[in-house]
Amino acid sequence: MNRTLLIFRHEFLHTIKRTGFIIITLIVPVIGLLAIEGLQLVSGTVKPTAEITTIGYVDESGGFQQYTNRGNIMFVRFDTPDDATKALVRGDIKEYFVIPSDYDSTGVINRYILEKQLAAPPATTTAIKNFISSNLLAGRVPPATIDLIEAPLNLVTTRLTETGAVATEQSGYGNFIVPGVFSVLLVLSIIFSSTYLLQGLGEEKENHLIEILLSSVSARQLLTGKVLGIGAAGLAQVVVWVISTPLLLSLASSTFSGFTSTIQLPPNFLLLAVVYFILGYSLFAVISAGIGAISSNSREGQQLIGIFTIPLLIPLWFMSLQMLFPNNLIWVVFTIFPLSAPVEVILRLGASDIPAWELATSIAVLGLSIIGILLLTIKVFRTYLLMYRKRPKFGEIIRSLRNG
Amino acid sequence: MPTVEVNHIVKSYADKVAVNDLSFSVAQGEIFGLIGPNGAGKTTTIRMMIDIIKPDSGDVTILGEKLSEASKNKLGYMPEERGLYKKLRVIDTIVYLASLKGMDRHSAEGKADELLNQTGMLPHKRKKIEELSRGMGQIIQFIVTIIHDPQLIILDEPFADLDPVNTELLKSMLVVLRNQGKTIILSTHRMNQVEELCDRILMINDGRSVLYGDLTEIKSRYRSTSVILDFEGDLGKVPGVTEKRVHKGHVELVLDGNTTPQQVLEQLISRGILINRFEVATPSLNEIFLKVVGQNHE
Repeated sequence: MNRTLLIFRHEFLHTIKRTGFIIITLIVPVIGLLAIEGLQLVSGTVKPTAEITTIGYVDESGGFQQYTNRGNIMFVRFDTPDDATKALVRGDIKEYFVIPSDYDSTGVINRYILEKQLAAPPATTTAIKNFISSNLLAGRVPPATIDLIEAPLNLVTTRLTETGAVATEQSGYGNFIVPGVFSVLLVLSIIFSSTYLLQGLGEEKENHLIEILLSSVSARQLLTGKVLGIGAAGLAQVVVWVISTPLLLSLASSTFSGFTSTIQLPPNFLLLAVVYFILGYSLFAVISAGIGAISSNSREGQQLIGIFTIPLLIPLWFMSLQMLFPNNLIWVVFTIFPLSAPVEVILRLGASDIPAWELATSIAVLGLSIIGILLLTIKVFRTYLLMYRKRPKFGEIIRSLRNG
Repeated sequence: MPTVEVNHIVKSYADKVAVNDLSFSVAQGEIFGLIGPNGAGKTTTIRMMIDIIKPDSGDVTILGEKLSEASKNKLGYMPEERGLYKKLRVIDTIVYLASLKGMDRHSAEGKADELLNQTGMLPHKRKKIEELSRGMGQIIQFIVTIIHDPQLIILDEPFADLDPVNTELLKSMLVVLRNQGKTIILSTHRMNQVEELCDRILMINDGRSVLYGDLTEIKSRYRSTSVILDFEGDLGKVPGVTEKRVHKGHVELVLDGNTTPQQVLEQLISRGILINRFEVATPSLNEIFLKVVGQNHE
């Protein structure tokens, strides 16, 4: 069997049998499952219950007597704020509000509560708003109009193509779900795979096994076998996560019914996801190999690779901004910058269209970066892989790169 | 055709010349000692021989050709500082590293069983490397070095962590391999083991060759002009002897440049001195090593 293939097989099997790898592979879907369970739990607690909530009010302005029954919220009138306060302290009402005499001119309503709150719950706000507007409009507009005013805005958006036809791919948060989830998985997989590569090289360097390996195979065969073997293990990890996603989504659908049905894959998503996974992993693998060669131990290597993973994480940090302003120039820069490109492209696919020239430039820059760093890595690999317990100074590395 | 031919190799690092114009050859079927003090350039020389690093100039041929992927299968190398995959089982380690030397799994397993049995390590076959003692790990590494039946075996400080029993085991295995026609290069600074095992040596210091050739010839070259004498009676003054050094159990007689040991022996016999032991003082390799390295430092 080809030696590169032997190293590939060894690294793949060695990686997937690692306890850490097995734990991480299983724990990500478990965390997803727990997150869904947690959401179900939280959403269950905030679901409207049949229990009637009583809210007091003091009408100093006058004219707010009708529409006191708003679903599960019952408004009870008090003559004075003192009466309302006493009822609140006794626990007869949950809270109360005062409509001041100058409400017509100020529009201010004062709310009084016992428990600590960041803001008024949306259900309470809506109920009070509708109670006020219903009373204000009563007798002036038809009841049907009042219903329309009180109903939440139902905005149905349809995306058209340049020819005016309805586009096959519609906009919406449903578009962002798969790219968002996949980009997180991509980051996790790239970081873990790079760590395994660094740990493996660190171990072989620390125990001098590298000399035995290099007396049997070339540096190129060793590097290629390792990068591909660990990369395949990383890919297998992503496959496990991707396979478990439909299961998680089907569990989630009971909680977010209607929302999961809006999930759709952006065009070319699968193709671009595979391309950017391979390119992204390859880039970080060659960087890891270079760092593994010059680091005195695997811990130091992991600290160094951390610097390079920051640009990979930046698009995730600004995910909400990308959803709001998908066409900002900064995202174009992140699309082309090789260290951030793999995650940025995947995220942007969900938020907006990416022009073909940007994709072509991004792939070309990534490809050239991989080749360039690979050539530099091979140069330092042989020299510094045999340098134990001592990390070369930056100047020495530059000199050895110049001298080849 | 020599198994190894090294011609004028030079290797420099940023701050020093590690190997400076070194040339030597190693013949088939001999145990060749590569000796020298720490930092002399032994390991750098070995790394250039097995193509882990490239010389700045000069060349190396192994079995008549430059080292290639195919010819790497013909050599076995055990580096000075040893380590294997800690989490891997003994048998998996041996089989994987043997496969990189071109062995198929079936043959590697068969040969591994044979060697593990020969070294008394068979009961540990399924253990992880991290469960073994340092010496046991070294035996496994020796098995990895020879399992693929290499023509050339290079061992860097092979006896470093071994107990006396395993040291003798390894020595006997090396002799058997030499008798099978394998070429063995032993890099060490343990001179007694070099004297015991090696046919020829190369002593290097500061990257240069300082002694090279047949071990017996080198020792005779450095033979001093003194004799060791264990006797009974009164020695008195012996003509041709310039100095008497008294040691525990014997006396060393230093001869002047014109007197031979044979003449001294004849004189002692003629004077009726009872002689228990008489031998021409031959310096140990250690003494030669200290002398040569000392000269180089002066």
